[in-house]
Amino acid sequence: MSEPEFRNEELLADVICRLIGDVRHVAVGAQSPIPATAALLARERANLHNLGKPYVSLLGSRAHTFFTDGARELFDCAGQGRVDVFFLSGGQIDGDGNINLVSVGDYEHPKARFPGSFGSAYLYYVVPKVILFRLEHSRRTLVPKVDFISAPGGSPDNVYRRGGPIALVTNRCLFDFDRARKRFRLDSVHPGHTLAEVIDNTGFEFDRPAEVPTTPAPSAETLRLLRTTVAPMVAEVYPEFARRVFNIVMPRESEASSNR
Amino acid sequence: MPAIARTLDEALAPIKDGAMLAVPRESSGAAMAATRALIRRGIKSLHLVTLPTSSLQADLLIGAGCVAMLETSAVSLGEFGPAPRFTAAVLAGTIAMRDATCPALHAQLQATEKGVPFMPLRGLLGSDVLAHRPDWKVFDNPFGNDDPIVLLPALKPDVALFHAPMADRAGNVFIGTQRELITLAHAAQKTVVTVEEICDGDLLRDPLRAAGTLPGFYVEAVAVEPRGAWPLPLPDSYGIDAAHLQEYAQLAATLEGFAQYLDRYVYEKRAA
Repeated sequence: MSEPEFRNEELLADVICRLIGDVRHVAVGAQSPIPATAALLARERANLHNLGKPYVSLLGSRAHTFFTDGARELFDCAGQGRVDVFFLSGGQIDGDGNINLVSVGDYEHPKARFPGSFGSAYLYYVVPKVILFRLEHSRRTLVPKVDFISAPGGSPDNVYRRGGPIALVTNRCLFDFDRARKRFRLDSVHPGHTLAEVIDNTGFEFDRPAEVPTTPAPSAETLRLLRTTVAPMVAEVYPEFARRVFNIVMPRESEASSNR
Repeated sequence: MPAIARTLDEALAPIKDGAMLAVPRESSGAAMAATRALIRRGIKSLHLVTLPTSSLQADLLIGAGCVAMLETSAVSLGEFGPAPRFTAAVLAGTIAMRDATCPALHAQLQATEKGVPFMPLRGLLGSDVLAHRPDWKVFDNPFGNDDPIVLLPALKPDVALFHAPMADRAGNVFIGTQRELITLAHAAQKTVVTVEEICDGDLLRDPLRAAGTLPGFYVEAVAVEPRGAWPLPLPDSYGIDAAHLQEYAQLAATLEGFAQYLDRYVYEKRAA
């Protein structure tokens, strides 16, 4: 039996979809096309069985959000404990699960500057399942110690914290995060990649089982859902991503009417 | 009652050099035509506050030398990459940074909205965001037991500036579900709005529309500027001009390219 061909982004969306699990509300923040794809996939899979959840809130979407209280509602909703899953990335991520969305080098005289912390310094603490994703898996991105902590992976016992990292997805592998041990543990290596390559390209120490499994490929059913149902939805918020990955072309606003 | 301004520049008069200027995120109605007019005027030394992020608007103002201090949760061009002039300015140290996190900016404006001096916020403890904000304080929850929490001071912008679909002749502004724009106006001393069009009737009389309307009571000036958010989107009206953002990202990567962009799209006020 021949395996269906799939793109890396489709594999990662499938991996993230499994991590989302059975929850009520998945929220997706800025600049997160693969998590957005995964969240919509989780919803559409559940829809096949009329489960009525998860609710999905995509930042920047008009169609895939139920928020009516403006840009603050995501954070208020998370503060109320009504967001179960969120996604964060980092210019740097370290072995303690600390993420850096701000700068490399000294903060006052940085060598590189990233956009900024977004909502991470809050959402990492209050959303129970935070899935970290960083496609570039290198010693530049997965470092022993981040230069700036936008949000820490863990907190002392007296700090209010019901949330934190559960996993880290890269273009080479999937790590679980063990909150008790405050360490990543290699869960699976994606097809076409090797354990040696993961070790070589990871700047922090991590645990691993004696036998490391290969990440399962997406099923034909998953690929069909992704390409026919999810892709056009993703294109509303991430037109460039949808064009590149799914070959979905949205009508251009700038062609529909004059600019000024 | 705010008069409908005869010209954009007249409406923008309350925004002075050195002002604390608050603007919404890139997807909620950024007043881009007004931003280009401010750059043409040569506005200086702004303390720019973004609620809570920004893209082209902050990058343009920074690149054109209009910003002394930036208070934001993030500036980037999203799918079109990093914000080049913001990045260059931070690396060169030419703007002062107050790095925040999204809900902190919302909370700080909500404090002003409620007329209280601060607002508490969860999270932040142990982050370098907090470590670099001496104006934020850690306090022990007086109702708890060993429960540290961060207190954020109220933020009171001199002027809030945004773009919306429509206003009526009394200066009531329809903002729909972009309700942070109401908080922005409640918190700012003055609010300047550009709109796509002036509508007939009274927005406050229709309960369906009134729920999404900022009363003119809070508005200093309104100017009509069709496609005033271009090339950024206006919710429920038009989307982002992707080709233009791509062109900007490419040009703004260098100082020369950025100067070309300003000449082409900002200084040269093209005929409609």
